[in-house]
Amino acid sequence: MSQLKGGEFLLRAAKMEDVFSPEDFTDEHRAIARATEEFWDNEVAPQLEEIQHQNHDAAVRVLRKSAELGLTGVVVPEQWGGMEMDMISAMIVAEVLGRDGSYAAWHGAHAGIGTLPLALFGTEVLKKKYLKRLVSAEFVGAYALTEPHAGSDALAAKTRADLAPDGAHYVMNGSKMWITNAGKADIFTVFAKVNGEQDKFTAFIVERAWPGVKVGAEEKKMGIKGSSTCAVYFDNVKVPVENVLGEVGRGHVIAFNILNVGRLKLGPFAVGGSKQVLAQSIKYAKERQAFGGPIARFGMIRHKLAEMAIRIFAAESVAYRAAGDVERFGDHLKGAEEYAVECSYVKVLASEVLDFVVDEGVQVHGGYGYHQDYFVERAYRDSRINRIFEGTNEINRLLATGMLLKRAKRGQLALVEGVKKLQDELMSATGPVDSDVAANAKKIALFALGLAYQRFRDQIEDQQEVLAGITECAMNAYAMESVSVRRCKLASTGKAAAAQDVCDVYLDEAMNVVEQSARSVLAASSEGDALRVNLAILRRLAKREQVNVIGARQRIASKLLESGRYLF
Amino acid sequence: MKILVALKQVPARDSLLRIDASGRWLDESDLSFEINEPDAYALEAALQLKEQHGGEVVVLSAGPERAVSAIREALAKGADRAIHVEQENLGEFDTLSLAKLLAAAASSEKADLILTGLQSDDLGSGQTGVIMAELLGLPHATIIMAVEASGQGVRVKRELEAGWFQHVSMPLPAVLTIQSGINKLRYATLMGIKKAKTKEVRKLTAAELGVQPESSVSLLRIYQPKRVKQTQMLAGAPAEQAAQLVEKLKFEARVI
Repeated sequence: MSQLKGGEFLLRAAKMEDVFSPEDFTDEHRAIARATEEFWDNEVAPQLEEIQHQNHDAAVRVLRKSAELGLTGVVVPEQWGGMEMDMISAMIVAEVLGRDGSYAAWHGAHAGIGTLPLALFGTEVLKKKYLKRLVSAEFVGAYALTEPHAGSDALAAKTRADLAPDGAHYVMNGSKMWITNAGKADIFTVFAKVNGEQDKFTAFIVERAWPGVKVGAEEKKMGIKGSSTCAVYFDNVKVPVENVLGEVGRGHVIAFNILNVGRLKLGPFAVGGSKQVLAQSIKYAKERQAFGGPIARFGMIRHKLAEMAIRIFAAESVAYRAAGDVERFGDHLKGAEEYAVECSYVKVLASEVLDFVVDEGVQVHGGYGYHQDYFVERAYRDSRINRIFEGTNEINRLLATGMLLKRAKRGQLALVEGVKKLQDELMSATGPVDSDVAANAKKIALFALGLAYQRFRDQIEDQQEVLAGITECAMNAYAMESVSVRRCKLASTGKAAAAQDVCDVYLDEAMNVVEQSARSVLAASSEGDALRVNLAILRRLAKREQVNVIGARQRIASKLLESGRYLF
Repeated sequence: MKILVALKQVPARDSLLRIDASGRWLDESDLSFEINEPDAYALEAALQLKEQHGGEVVVLSAGPERAVSAIREALAKGADRAIHVEQENLGEFDTLSLAKLLAAAASSEKADLILTGLQSDDLGSGQTGVIMAELLGLPHATIIMAVEASGQGVRVKRELEAGWFQHVSMPLPAVLTIQSGINKLRYATLMGIKKAKTKEVRKLTAAELGVQPESSVSLLRIYQPKRVKQTQMLAGAPAEQAAQLVEKLKFEARVI
């Protein structure tokens, strides 16, 4: 059998060769990582203070310099000045540039959501007009979807574009909110409804220089303060008809597809940020003296460091696995659509790992972690937005299971057969089910999904907590398998022991989450004797040998402290 | 101008250095590698000369299979092609053997100029370039701060001690060993990385070059330097103390 289809991980075990991980990087990938790291050290890091204090010119200078290296057009065709490289290369670049939240926002808003809509949906005419100049960062790009009253429900947008009587242009009116890069952007991808009609949601390329485009004041944000975030206003802006991106009425296709890719890319951004915080925390733990020695000798500090590394490993494994699947699909856009469920998992997992890492990072630093002189204080504030943008984690949790069900309905995923097969298997067996913890987690997810669907049928969409609970099970199962497969890949390397420890602890913890979430889903979906039977099945599926997680974390921490950074 | 750049792949500066079980070299299992720093400056000098005067930059490296990533990096930065003398455990042999390998590979190239770093960041013998010049029967100059083509030869600036420099005009072909930090290293661009894949890397072996690596010098043991801390109290009037301090910083610590 070939590569797993989107969502199919729930029904079939992945083979080692089907799961991409950083161990599969080519020499070229590694060279890209090295070049980007060099660029980071020499060009970005020295400018971070300036960027942090809203010197947007400094940020744009760095962005333009990065364009000379090719970092702003990794997947764009050579014809348009891009590098025409694979998705993995773009992920690697994003991971290095994710070390600082503010700069990551500049880069991501420009090279990702600011450039890709045009690169993927633009006509030749439109690409000729703008794409090369975006790839070279002569023009700074931005993406304008959200409105004051249309955030997660983007299609409720009020911005409209009315076709002028001459038929040659539209007249755009409305306002957009939270537009990253707006302060410096030359080109906006704007979503508006043609003639205000609900089914004519459409994307346009709008130049800042056109009369009637106005950019508001910088918003005062909690974090990523060095990024530019403003409202953008359109007051009778004349937009030529050739500046329609894609087709009239197909704006949602662009918006949602770009979001899928954005969610995937959030993975490496968050992983890069997390690794940076881990390295800083290790350094501090070794330097900070308390009770007559470095705090790195204390078990509870070591626990934190190890736990950071374990969760980063999981986020990294999931992000590159999904990226590998999208890449192998051939077309990035269609790939991200096929693996939209997995992209949502990447977004949720990686942003929550980053949040965990910055939180524990501050804790390792104690009082100093609360002080602005320390990097980790900024990282803590910068992290928070990741759970909000690119679709809140709540929206993504609803979407993920919602999309699984949709795929099943459309006949793209044999979910019903899978649930039935599992139920038969569970009814006929009484002993321990499978020694593979990740496989059991998948079964729990499928079991919970089946029960919930049988209970709520098409009304399941109204059961947000149930949907989110199922996502929790399936997402963790996906991560468990990704971690587990990657451990196998590392088995013949010098990192085998560390990978084994990471995997042991992660599987144990993730299974706790899966079991807990499944329990609440089962209790909402069945009652009385049926519930008791279901809970017994759950217990059987969640059963596993208890590993010594404290010992494993201690060993991981020792290696982290020795190397001074993330291990893999 | 045809320029040959001899470069070595060495453990990355930010690696965790652990001594292996033999006690004679580093445990390489967890190391990352990079182009030896002075060699990177030699490559940059070569690329700049090519930009000014045209010609070709050929990279030459002797080392195990992994050294190919350093070679590809040089190609990504703009070198035209490369020669890889593939040889495991070069560290077990002496510098003369290494220089023989490089000289043998270089001789057929008939380059106008051979550039290399003044020493390697790992072994740091500082001899390779000089011995190579001797073997090839070419003039050489060491610790080069600047190279400029002038007429049929080159004019170079050598770093001497105590802030002195020497300017030398020399004929070509010649071998120069380059000091670190003399120019601004360029980045490998993504396009460069992509193109590097298609550039020629010719592989040669010691046998093909007719060289039998030997070890007239053997490395007995390597060890981490011991950290020692000493406190000396200086006596006398402040001015005398200051004078003594300057004396010590100059001649004992040799930091000023």
